[in-house]
Amino acid sequence: MSKSKEQDTIEVFIDSVSHFYQQMGLAEMEIGVPYLLDSNQPIVSDFTGIIGISGRHRGCVYYTCPKAMLSYILIALGEKDVGPEHLGDLVGEIANTLAGNARKTFGSDFMISVPVVLQGEPDKVSLPKNTRCVVIPTKWKYYQSIIVVALE
Amino acid sequence: MKRLMIVDDSMVIRRRISRAHGLDAYEVVGTAEDGANAIELARETLPDMITIDLTMPNMDGTEAIPVLASICPNARILVVSALSDKATAIGALASGAHGFLCKPFTDEELKSALNELAED
Repeated sequence: MSKSKEQDTIEVFIDSVSHFYQQMGLAEMEIGVPYLLDSNQPIVSDFTGIIGISGRHRGCVYYTCPKAMLSYILIALGEKDVGPEHLGDLVGEIANTLAGNARKTFGSDFMISVPVVLQGEPDKVSLPKNTRCVVIPTKWKYYQSIIVVALE
Repeated sequence: MKRLMIVDDSMVIRRRISRAHGLDAYEVVGTAEDGANAIELARETLPDMITIDLTMPNMDGTEAIPVLASICPNARILVVSALSDKATAIGALASGAHGFLCKPFTDEELKSALNELAED
C-alpha cells in the first residue's frame, strides 16, 4: 500500500473508532499517534476481535481492549452480565463495526469476515507477512485499546 | 402491540435491541443468531417486524431476507448492520428489506427506524 493510501486508511479507521466511541457515550476518548508494528510481534490486550479482509484489500483488522473498558461499555449498553462470554461477544462486535463502517469509504469490495475472538493468546494472532501493520492507539480514562490495520 | 423478531449473531446486540428504551410498542417474540434459525423462528412466530444483521455465520442476512419476506409477507424488515456502503443498503432493500440502520446506533435511532417502518 502506498503511503498516501495508508494515510487515507488510517483516517478511515480513526473516523470509524471516533464515531463508535461517540455513539457509546465515551466522549473523552483520545486518539494517539499511529505507529507501525512488527508483524511477528502482534500486541494484544485482554480481549481481541479479529476481522479478515478480502476483495480489493486483503489482510486483517483487529481491535484489542482491556477487560475493564469492555465491562464499562457493556454496562453502558444496559447489560448486567459482564462475564467473559459477553466481553468476547462485544469485542467481536466492535471489530465488526469498525471494519464494516470502513466500507462507507472503501465500498462493497472491502469484504469482511465474521469476527474471531481471542482472550489473551497473542500467539494466535496471525498478521500478513511483508505488510505494514498500522497501530491506532486510543485512550479512554485510564484504559488503552488499539486498532491494528494490516492490509496489503 | 407489534411482534418483533431480532436476528443478529451478537448476543450483546440481540439483548441491546430487546432492552432498548422507548420500544414499549413492540413485543419481542424471538431472537435468532443466524439466518437459518431466523427462518425456522419466523415460521413459528410470524412476526410483524424483523431486525436483521447482514454479516452472520451459517446463513447471512442477504440470503435470509428474501426467504423471511416470503414466509411473512406483511412483516417489515429492518436491516441493522455495520456495512455502511450504499451498494449494501441498496442490495438489502432490493432483496426485500424495508429499511436500513447502520451500527453503531443509539436507542433513539433504533426507535425512530422501527417506528418509521411500523407506520409505513
